[in-house]
Amino acid sequence: MRRIVIVGASAAGLAAAETLRREGYAGTLTLIGAEADAPYDRPPLSKQILASQWEAERLALRTAEELAALDLDLRLGVVAAGLNLAARTVRLDGGAEVAYDGLVIATGVRPRRLPGQGAHVLRTLGDALALRRRLAPGRRLAVVGAGFLGAECAAVARGLGCEVTLLEPAAVPLAHALGETVGRVLSQAHEENGVDLRTGVTVSAVTDEGVRLADGELVAADEVLVAIGSQPNTEWLAGSGLALSDGLVCDRYSAAAPDVYGAGDVARWHNELFGVSMRIEHRTNAAEQGMAVARNLLRPGDRKPFTPVPYFWSDQYDMKIQAYGYLRGHDAVEVVDGALAQRRFVAAYRTGDRLTGVLAVGMSPKVIRPWRSAIAGGVTWSQAIGPAKPGPAVTENEVMSGERAG
Amino acid sequence: MRVELDEPKCVAAGQCVMAAPEVFDQRDDDGVAIVLDAEPGPELHDSVREAAAVCPAAAIHLVER
Repeated sequence: MRRIVIVGASAAGLAAAETLRREGYAGTLTLIGAEADAPYDRPPLSKQILASQWEAERLALRTAEELAALDLDLRLGVVAAGLNLAARTVRLDGGAEVAYDGLVIATGVRPRRLPGQGAHVLRTLGDALALRRRLAPGRRLAVVGAGFLGAECAAVARGLGCEVTLLEPAAVPLAHALGETVGRVLSQAHEENGVDLRTGVTVSAVTDEGVRLADGELVAADEVLVAIGSQPNTEWLAGSGLALSDGLVCDRYSAAAPDVYGAGDVARWHNELFGVSMRIEHRTNAAEQGMAVARNLLRPGDRKPFTPVPYFWSDQYDMKIQAYGYLRGHDAVEVVDGALAQRRFVAAYRTGDRLTGVLAVGMSPKVIRPWRSAIAGGVTWSQAIGPAKPGPAVTENEVMSGERAG
Repeated sequence: MRVELDEPKCVAAGQCVMAAPEVFDQRDDDGVAIVLDAEPGPELHDSVREAAAVCPAAAIHLVER
Protein backbone atom coordinates (compact mmCIF):
# COMPACT_ATOMS: atom_id res chain seq x y z
CA MET A 1 0.00 0.00 0.00
CA ARG A 2 1.66 3.19 -1.20
CA ARG A 3 -1.13 5.76 -1.29
CA ILE A 4 -3.62 6.26 1.53
CA VAL A 5 -6.25 8.97 1.39
CA ILE A 6 -8.18 10.11 4.47
CA VAL A 7 -11.23 12.25 3.78
CA GLY A 8 -12.06 14.24 6.90
CA ALA A 9 -9.46 16.11 8.96
CA SER A 10 -11.05 16.20 12.38
CA ALA A 11 -10.51 13.87 15.34
CA ALA A 12 -11.12 10.59 13.49
CA GLY A 13 -9.14 11.47 10.39
CA LEU A 14 -6.23 12.79 12.40
CA ALA A 15 -6.18 9.72 14.64
CA ALA A 16 -6.08 7.51 11.55
CA ALA A 17 -3.22 9.51 10.05
CA GLU A 18 -1.16 9.44 13.23
CA THR A 19 -1.72 5.74 13.76
CA LEU A 20 -0.69 4.93 10.21
CA ARG A 21 2.60 6.75 10.68
CA ARG A 22 3.16 5.37 14.17
CA GLU A 23 2.69 1.85 12.84
CA GLY A 24 5.24 2.33 10.13
CA TYR A 25 3.30 3.35 7.05
CA ALA A 26 5.78 5.33 4.94
CA GLY A 27 3.82 5.95 1.74
CA THR A 28 1.90 9.00 0.57
CA LEU A 29 -0.68 10.12 3.13
CA THR A 30 -3.28 12.58 1.93
CA LEU A 31 -5.53 14.22 4.52
CA ILE A 32 -8.43 16.15 3.06
CA GLY A 33 -10.49 18.50 5.25
CA ALA A 34 -13.49 20.59 4.25
CA GLU A 35 -12.75 23.20 6.92
CA ALA A 36 -9.88 25.62 6.41
CA ASP A 37 -8.67 25.26 10.01
CA ALA A 38 -6.07 22.69 10.98
CA PRO A 39 -7.57 19.80 13.00
CA TYR A 40 -9.22 21.12 16.14
CA ASP A 41 -11.22 19.78 19.03
CA ARG A 42 -15.00 20.17 19.09
CA PRO A 43 -16.27 19.30 22.59
CA PRO A 44 -15.01 22.60 24.08
CA LEU A 45 -16.99 24.57 21.49
CA SER A 46 -20.18 24.29 23.55
CA LYS A 47 -18.25 24.65 26.82
CA GLN A 48 -15.09 26.73 27.28
CA ILE A 49 -15.22 28.46 23.88
CA LEU A 50 -18.85 29.51 24.16
CA ALA A 51 -18.19 30.66 27.72
CA SER A 52 -15.21 32.74 26.53
CA GLN A 53 -12.96 30.88 28.96
CA TRP A 54 -10.66 29.73 26.17
CA GLU A 55 -9.49 31.32 22.98
CA ALA A 56 -9.68 29.40 19.75
CA GLU A 57 -5.96 28.59 19.67
CA ARG A 58 -6.40 26.19 22.56
CA LEU A 59 -8.52 23.90 20.38
CA ALA A 60 -5.71 22.91 18.02
CA LEU A 61 -5.35 19.14 18.26
CA ARG A 62 -1.70 19.26 17.21
CA THR A 63 0.99 21.88 16.85
CA ALA A 64 2.24 22.89 13.42
CA GLU A 65 5.45 20.97 14.15
CA GLU A 66 3.54 17.81 15.05
CA LEU A 67 1.51 18.03 11.86
CA ALA A 68 4.63 18.62 9.81
CA ALA A 69 6.24 15.54 11.36
CA LEU A 70 3.43 13.39 9.94
CA ASP A 71 4.64 14.28 6.43
CA LEU A 72 1.10 14.74 5.13
CA ASP A 73 -0.24 15.80 1.80
CA LEU A 74 -2.57 18.09 3.79
CA ARG A 75 -5.42 19.65 1.87
CA LEU A 76 -7.54 21.91 4.04
CA GLY A 77 -10.56 23.81 2.80
CA VAL A 78 -11.01 21.11 0.18
CA VAL A 79 -14.31 19.26 -0.23
CA ALA A 80 -14.56 15.70 -1.55
CA ALA A 81 -17.27 15.47 -4.21
CA GLY A 82 -17.25 11.87 -5.38
CA LEU A 83 -15.77 8.41 -5.13
CA ASN A 84 -14.96 5.90 -7.86
CA LEU A 85 -14.48 2.55 -6.14
CA ALA A 86 -13.43 0.69 -9.29
CA ALA A 87 -10.81 3.23 -10.29
CA ARG A 88 -9.89 3.88 -6.63
CA THR A 89 -10.08 7.63 -6.92
CA VAL A 90 -11.61 10.42 -4.85
CA ARG A 91 -12.95 13.33 -6.86
CA LEU A 92 -12.54 16.75 -5.32
CA ASP A 93 -14.85 19.71 -5.65
CA GLY A 94 -13.51 21.35 -8.80
CA GLY A 95 -12.86 18.07 -10.58
CA ALA A 96 -9.35 17.02 -9.57
CA GLU A 97 -8.92 13.36 -8.68
CA VAL A 98 -6.78 11.74 -6.01
CA ALA A 99 -5.85 8.09 -6.41
CA TYR A 100 -5.63 5.75 -3.44
CA ASP A 101 -4.73 2.20 -2.51
CA GLY A 102 -6.43 2.58 0.86
CA LEU A 103 -9.20 5.01 1.86
CA VAL A 104 -10.54 6.23 5.20
CA ILE A 105 -13.87 8.05 5.13
CA ALA A 106 -14.30 10.36 8.11
CA THR A 107 -16.45 13.17 6.79
CA GLY A 108 -18.47 13.59 9.97
CA VAL A 109 -21.91 15.10 10.31
CA ARG A 110 -23.52 18.48 9.97
CA PRO A 111 -26.29 20.03 12.04
CA ARG A 112 -29.90 19.60 11.07
CA ARG A 113 -31.64 22.90 10.55
CA LEU A 114 -35.12 24.35 10.70
CA PRO A 115 -36.98 26.33 8.05
CA GLY A 116 -36.28 30.06 8.23
CA GLN A 117 -33.16 32.20 8.29
CA GLY A 118 -30.90 33.56 10.96
CA ALA A 119 -30.61 30.72 13.46
CA HIS A 120 -27.33 29.57 14.89
CA VAL A 121 -26.14 25.98 14.80
CA LEU A 122 -23.08 24.70 16.62
CA ARG A 123 -20.68 22.36 14.90
CA THR A 124 -17.66 24.36 13.81
CA LEU A 125 -15.39 26.86 15.50
CA GLY A 126 -16.94 29.56 13.33
CA ASP A 127 -20.40 28.59 14.60
CA ALA A 128 -19.28 28.83 18.23
CA LEU A 129 -17.55 32.17 17.80
CA ALA A 130 -20.56 33.61 15.97
CA LEU A 131 -22.89 32.56 18.77
CA ARG A 132 -20.67 33.74 21.60
CA ARG A 133 -20.37 37.20 20.07
CA ARG A 134 -24.14 37.50 20.48
CA LEU A 135 -24.41 36.30 24.07
CA ALA A 136 -24.45 38.96 26.78
CA PRO A 137 -26.37 39.65 30.00
CA GLY A 138 -30.03 40.18 29.30
CA ARG A 139 -29.96 38.86 25.75
CA ARG A 140 -32.76 36.42 25.03
CA LEU A 141 -31.61 33.07 23.64
CA ALA A 142 -34.01 30.39 22.44
CA VAL A 143 -32.41 26.95 22.25
CA VAL A 144 -34.32 24.46 20.14
CA GLY A 145 -33.62 20.92 21.31
CA ALA A 146 -32.73 19.86 24.86
CA GLY A 147 -30.26 17.13 23.96
CA PHE A 148 -26.71 17.27 25.28
CA LEU A 149 -25.58 20.04 22.94
CA GLY A 150 -28.63 22.22 23.60
CA ALA A 151 -28.38 21.59 27.33
CA GLU A 152 -24.70 22.54 27.47
CA CYS A 153 -25.28 25.72 25.50
CA ALA A 154 -28.27 26.65 27.65
CA ALA A 155 -26.13 26.21 30.76
CA VAL A 156 -23.31 28.35 29.37
CA ALA A 157 -25.69 31.07 28.22
CA ARG A 158 -27.30 31.20 31.67
CA GLY A 159 -23.84 31.52 33.17
CA LEU A 160 -23.28 34.53 30.90
CA GLY A 161 -26.49 36.13 32.14
CA CYS A 162 -28.69 35.47 29.12
CA GLU A 163 -32.44 34.85 29.39
CA VAL A 164 -32.69 31.29 28.08
CA THR A 165 -35.71 29.42 26.79
CA LEU A 166 -35.09 25.74 26.09
CA LEU A 167 -37.63 24.14 23.77
CA GLU A 168 -38.01 20.38 23.54
CA PRO A 169 -40.58 18.28 21.68
CA ALA A 170 -40.38 15.31 24.07
CA ALA A 171 -42.19 15.36 27.39
CA VAL A 172 -38.89 14.69 29.18
CA PRO A 173 -35.58 15.77 27.64
CA LEU A 174 -33.23 12.90 26.76
CA ALA A 175 -35.81 10.33 27.86
CA HIS A 176 -35.41 8.34 24.65
CA ALA A 177 -31.67 8.02 25.28
CA LEU A 178 -31.35 7.89 29.07
CA GLY A 179 -34.79 6.95 30.32
CA GLU A 180 -37.43 9.19 31.85
CA THR A 181 -36.15 9.16 35.41
CA VAL A 182 -32.60 10.19 34.57
CA GLY A 183 -33.84 12.63 31.94
CA ARG A 184 -36.07 14.29 34.50
CA VAL A 185 -33.28 14.61 37.06
CA LEU A 186 -30.95 16.20 34.53
CA SER A 187 -33.58 18.60 33.29
CA GLN A 188 -34.39 19.80 36.81
CA ALA A 189 -30.98 21.48 36.76
CA HIS A 190 -32.21 23.77 33.99
CA GLU A 191 -35.17 24.94 35.99
CA GLU A 192 -33.11 25.42 39.14
CA ASN A 193 -30.70 27.55 37.17
CA GLY A 194 -33.40 29.78 35.78
CA VAL A 195 -33.80 28.35 32.29
CA ASP A 196 -37.36 28.42 30.98
CA LEU A 197 -37.62 24.76 29.94
CA ARG A 198 -40.67 24.10 27.80
CA THR A 199 -41.27 20.47 26.93
CA GLY A 200 -43.77 18.93 24.54
CA VAL A 201 -43.43 21.82 22.11
CA THR A 202 -42.57 21.57 18.45
CA VAL A 203 -40.83 24.40 16.68
CA SER A 204 -41.89 24.83 13.08
CA ALA A 205 -39.73 27.72 11.93
CA VAL A 206 -37.23 30.38 12.83
CA THR A 207 -38.45 33.95 12.32
CA ASP A 208 -37.00 37.45 12.70
CA GLU A 209 -38.57 37.70 16.16
CA GLY A 210 -37.65 34.26 17.52
CA VAL A 211 -39.19 30.90 16.80
CA ARG A 212 -42.66 29.92 15.71
CA LEU A 213 -44.20 26.90 17.40
CA ALA A 214 -46.35 24.37 15.57
CA ASP A 215 -49.46 25.72 17.32
CA GLY A 216 -48.72 29.20 16.00
CA GLU A 217 -47.29 30.75 19.18
CA LEU A 218 -44.24 32.96 18.83
CA VAL A 219 -41.42 32.52 21.34
CA ALA A 220 -39.59 35.82 21.24
CA ALA A 221 -35.79 35.73 21.23
CA ASP A 222 -32.84 37.84 20.16
CA GLU A 223 -30.88 34.76 19.12
CA VAL A 224 -31.92 31.24 18.23
CA LEU A 225 -29.74 28.15 18.49
CA VAL A 226 -30.99 25.06 16.70
CA ALA A 227 -29.63 21.88 18.32
CA ILE A 228 -31.87 19.17 16.96
CA GLY A 229 -29.30 16.60 15.97
CA SER A 230 -27.20 16.09 12.92
CA GLN A 231 -27.01 14.23 9.65
CA PRO A 232 -24.05 12.30 8.26
CA ASN A 233 -22.06 13.84 5.41
CA THR A 234 -22.50 11.03 2.92
CA GLU A 235 -23.99 12.81 -0.09
CA TRP A 236 -20.63 12.76 -1.85
CA LEU A 237 -20.75 8.95 -1.72
CA ALA A 238 -24.14 8.63 -3.41
CA GLY A 239 -23.91 6.38 -6.44
CA SER A 240 -20.44 5.13 -5.46
CA GLY A 241 -21.73 1.66 -4.65
CA LEU A 242 -21.09 2.04 -0.92
CA ALA A 243 -24.08 1.32 1.29
CA LEU A 244 -25.54 4.42 2.92
CA SER A 245 -28.16 4.23 5.66
CA ASP A 246 -28.03 6.95 8.29
CA GLY A 247 -24.28 6.97 7.78
CA LEU A 248 -21.74 4.96 5.85
CA VAL A 249 -22.55 1.31 6.45
CA CYS A 250 -19.51 -0.65 7.59
CA ASP A 251 -18.94 -4.20 8.78
CA ARG A 252 -17.56 -5.32 12.12
CA TYR A 253 -14.06 -4.28 11.06
CA SER A 254 -15.45 -0.84 10.19
CA ALA A 255 -14.81 -1.60 6.51
CA ALA A 256 -17.22 -0.31 3.88
CA ALA A 257 -15.51 -2.05 0.92
CA PRO A 258 -12.14 -3.71 0.33
CA ASP A 259 -9.46 -1.26 1.57
CA VAL A 260 -12.15 1.34 2.33
CA TYR A 261 -12.97 2.11 5.95
CA GLY A 262 -15.27 4.46 7.81
CA ALA A 263 -14.46 6.22 11.08
CA GLY A 264 -15.99 8.78 13.39
CA ASP A 265 -19.43 10.37 13.36
CA VAL A 266 -20.18 9.34 9.77
CA ALA A 267 -19.56 5.61 10.21
CA ARG A 268 -22.25 3.08 11.08
CA TRP A 269 -20.66 -0.22 11.92
CA HIS A 270 -21.56 -3.49 13.58
CA ASN A 271 -20.29 -3.47 17.17
CA GLU A 272 -20.03 -7.14 18.10
CA LEU A 273 -19.74 -6.38 21.79
CA PHE A 274 -23.35 -5.17 21.79
CA GLY A 275 -24.51 -7.08 18.73
CA VAL A 276 -25.96 -3.98 17.09
CA SER A 277 -25.24 -1.62 14.24
CA MET A 278 -24.35 1.74 15.75
CA ARG A 279 -23.21 5.18 14.72
CA ILE A 280 -21.60 7.11 17.57
CA GLU A 281 -21.18 10.88 17.55
CA HIS A 282 -18.79 11.07 20.49
CA ARG A 283 -15.31 12.47 20.61
CA THR A 284 -13.73 9.39 22.16
CA ASN A 285 -15.15 7.10 19.51
CA ALA A 286 -13.74 9.25 16.74
CA ALA A 287 -10.19 8.72 17.99
CA GLU A 288 -10.64 5.05 18.77
CA GLN A 289 -12.27 4.27 15.44
CA GLY A 290 -9.66 6.26 13.51
CA MET A 291 -6.94 4.24 15.21
CA ALA A 292 -8.73 0.94 14.65
CA VAL A 293 -9.31 1.43 10.94
CA ALA A 294 -5.71 2.53 10.40
CA ARG A 295 -4.54 -0.76 11.87
CA ASN A 296 -7.03 -2.84 9.91
CA LEU A 297 -6.02 -1.05 6.72
CA LEU A 298 -2.34 -1.77 7.30
CA ARG A 299 -2.81 -5.41 8.35
CA PRO A 300 -5.39 -7.01 6.07
CA GLY A 301 -4.35 -10.47 7.28
CA ASP A 302 -4.78 -9.64 10.95
CA ARG A 303 -7.83 -7.40 11.15
CA LYS A 304 -9.61 -6.92 14.45
CA PRO A 305 -13.31 -6.24 14.89
CA PHE A 306 -13.93 -2.76 16.30
CA THR A 307 -15.68 -3.44 19.63
CA PRO A 308 -15.40 -0.35 21.84
CA VAL A 309 -17.42 0.57 24.89
CA PRO A 310 -18.66 4.00 23.79
CA TYR A 311 -17.98 6.83 26.22
CA PHE A 312 -19.23 10.37 26.45
CA TRP A 313 -19.26 13.16 28.96
CA SER A 314 -21.22 16.37 29.30
CA ASP A 315 -20.70 19.39 31.52
CA GLN A 316 -23.86 21.23 32.55
CA TYR A 317 -23.95 23.76 35.38
CA ASP A 318 -22.13 22.03 38.26
CA MET A 319 -22.85 18.55 36.89
CA LYS A 320 -20.30 16.30 35.27
CA ILE A 321 -22.17 13.58 33.40
CA GLN A 322 -20.30 10.53 32.16
CA ALA A 323 -21.66 7.50 30.37
CA TYR A 324 -20.18 4.22 29.20
CA GLY A 325 -21.80 1.74 26.89
CA TYR A 326 -24.79 1.77 24.60
CA LEU A 327 -27.81 3.20 26.38
CA ARG A 328 -30.14 3.53 23.42
CA GLY A 329 -32.95 1.01 23.23
CA HIS A 330 -32.50 -0.06 26.84
CA ASP A 331 -35.24 -2.00 28.61
CA ALA A 332 -34.66 -0.84 32.18
CA VAL A 333 -32.67 1.59 34.30
CA GLU A 334 -31.66 1.12 37.90
CA VAL A 335 -29.86 3.50 40.21
CA VAL A 336 -27.08 1.38 41.68
CA ASP A 337 -25.06 3.93 43.64
CA GLY A 338 -25.58 7.40 45.10
CA ALA A 339 -28.93 9.16 44.99
CA LEU A 340 -30.86 10.88 42.24
CA ALA A 341 -32.02 13.66 44.53
CA GLN A 342 -28.46 14.81 45.19
CA ARG A 343 -27.57 14.48 41.53
CA ARG A 344 -24.71 12.19 42.52
CA PHE A 345 -25.47 8.71 41.27
CA VAL A 346 -24.69 5.81 38.97
CA ALA A 347 -27.54 4.47 36.86
CA ALA A 348 -27.15 1.07 35.20
CA TYR A 349 -28.91 0.22 31.94
CA ARG A 350 -30.24 -3.20 31.00
CA THR A 351 -30.93 -4.34 27.46
CA GLY A 352 -32.32 -7.86 27.28
CA ASP A 353 -30.35 -9.78 29.90
CA ARG A 354 -27.20 -7.70 29.50
CA LEU A 355 -25.68 -4.79 31.35
CA THR A 356 -25.24 -2.46 28.38
CA GLY A 357 -24.49 0.93 29.91
CA VAL A 358 -23.96 3.12 32.93
CA LEU A 359 -24.44 6.82 33.41
CA ALA A 360 -22.80 8.59 36.32
CA VAL A 361 -23.23 12.10 37.63
CA GLY A 362 -20.67 13.53 40.02
CA MET A 363 -19.12 10.18 40.93
CA SER A 364 -15.49 9.23 41.49
CA PRO A 365 -13.65 7.34 38.74
CA LYS A 366 -13.00 4.51 41.17
CA VAL A 367 -16.75 3.97 41.37
CA ILE A 368 -17.35 4.20 37.63
CA ARG A 369 -14.44 2.16 36.30
CA PRO A 370 -15.60 -1.29 37.47
CA TRP A 371 -18.88 -0.71 35.69
CA ARG A 372 -17.07 0.08 32.49
CA SER A 373 -15.10 -3.16 32.86
CA ALA A 374 -18.32 -5.07 33.42
CA ILE A 375 -19.82 -3.69 30.21
CA ALA A 376 -16.64 -4.48 28.28
CA GLY A 377 -16.74 -7.99 29.70
CA GLY A 378 -20.27 -8.50 28.40
CA VAL A 379 -21.65 -9.52 31.78
CA THR A 380 -25.31 -10.30 32.23
CA TRP A 381 -27.59 -8.08 34.25
CA SER A 382 -27.96 -10.65 36.99
CA GLN A 383 -24.17 -11.05 37.25
CA ALA A 384 -23.82 -7.30 37.65
CA ILE A 385 -26.89 -6.39 39.67
CA GLY A 386 -28.78 -9.48 40.72
CA PRO A 387 -31.96 -10.92 39.19
CA ALA A 388 -34.01 -8.50 37.11
CA LYS A 389 -36.90 -7.26 39.19
CA PRO A 390 -40.46 -7.04 38.01
CA GLY A 391 -42.34 -3.80 38.50
CA PRO A 392 -40.83 -0.31 38.54
CA ALA A 393 -37.46 -0.30 36.85
CA VAL A 394 -35.85 2.38 38.97
CA THR A 395 -34.92 1.90 42.58
CA GLU A 396 -32.63 4.10 44.57
CA ASN A 397 -29.65 3.57 46.82
CA GLU A 398 -28.68 0.10 45.84
CA VAL A 399 -24.95 -0.22 46.14
CA MET A 400 -22.82 -2.57 44.15
CA SER A 401 -19.19 -3.36 44.74
CA GLY A 402 -16.60 -3.38 41.97
CA GLU A 403 -15.81 -7.01 42.64
CA ARG A 404 -19.31 -8.11 41.81
CA ALA A 405 -19.15 -6.20 38.55
CA GLY A 406 -15.79 -7.84 37.72
CA MET B 1 10.09 10.27 26.40
CA ARG B 2 8.60 12.90 28.72
CA VAL B 3 4.88 12.90 29.53
CA GLU B 4 3.20 16.29 29.94
CA LEU B 5 -0.39 16.75 31.05
CA ASP B 6 -2.35 19.91 30.28
CA GLU B 7 -4.41 19.54 33.42
CA PRO B 8 -7.05 22.24 32.77
CA LYS B 9 -7.86 20.46 29.51
CA CYS B 10 -8.40 17.05 31.14
CA VAL B 11 -12.05 15.94 31.04
CA ALA B 12 -11.60 13.01 33.44
CA ALA B 13 -12.56 10.36 30.93
CA GLY B 14 -9.97 7.96 32.32
CA GLN B 15 -9.01 6.64 28.87
CA CYS B 16 -5.33 7.14 29.68
CA VAL B 17 -5.59 5.01 32.82
CA MET B 18 -7.07 2.17 30.82
CA ALA B 19 -4.40 2.44 28.14
CA ALA B 20 -1.38 2.88 30.45
CA PRO B 21 -2.23 2.20 34.10
CA GLU B 22 1.48 2.19 35.01
CA VAL B 23 1.82 5.81 33.97
CA PHE B 24 -1.58 7.43 34.61
CA ASP B 25 -4.11 7.52 37.40
CA GLN B 26 -7.08 9.74 38.26
CA ARG B 27 -7.74 11.92 41.28
CA ASP B 28 -10.46 10.51 43.48
CA ASP B 29 -12.53 13.66 43.84
CA ASP B 30 -12.85 14.96 40.29
CA GLY B 31 -11.26 12.25 38.13
CA VAL B 32 -8.63 14.55 36.65
CA ALA B 33 -5.63 12.60 35.42
CA ILE B 34 -2.39 12.27 37.34
CA VAL B 35 0.95 11.40 35.76
CA LEU B 36 2.55 8.71 37.91
CA ASP B 37 5.71 8.44 35.85
CA ALA B 38 6.68 11.45 33.75
CA GLU B 39 9.63 9.65 32.17
CA PRO B 40 8.42 6.11 31.58
CA GLY B 41 10.78 3.40 30.44
CA PRO B 42 10.89 2.26 26.80
CA GLU B 43 8.76 -0.81 27.54
CA LEU B 44 5.87 1.55 28.32
CA HIS B 45 6.23 3.88 25.35
CA ASP B 46 3.72 2.12 23.11
CA SER B 47 1.00 2.14 25.73
CA VAL B 48 1.73 5.78 26.61
CA ARG B 49 1.45 6.76 22.95
CA GLU B 50 -1.85 4.88 22.87
CA ALA B 51 -2.99 6.80 25.96
CA ALA B 52 -2.13 10.13 24.38
CA ALA B 53 -3.92 9.15 21.17
CA VAL B 54 -7.15 8.10 22.89
CA CYS B 55 -7.32 11.11 25.21
CA PRO B 56 -10.58 12.79 24.21
CA ALA B 57 -9.29 16.18 25.32
CA ALA B 58 -5.90 16.05 23.60
CA ALA B 59 -4.50 16.88 27.04
CA ILE B 60 -1.51 14.52 26.97
CA HIS B 61 1.57 15.77 25.23
CA LEU B 62 4.58 13.56 24.64
CA VAL B 63 8.03 14.98 24.18
CA GLU B 64 9.96 12.28 22.35
CA ARG B 65 13.72 12.46 22.39
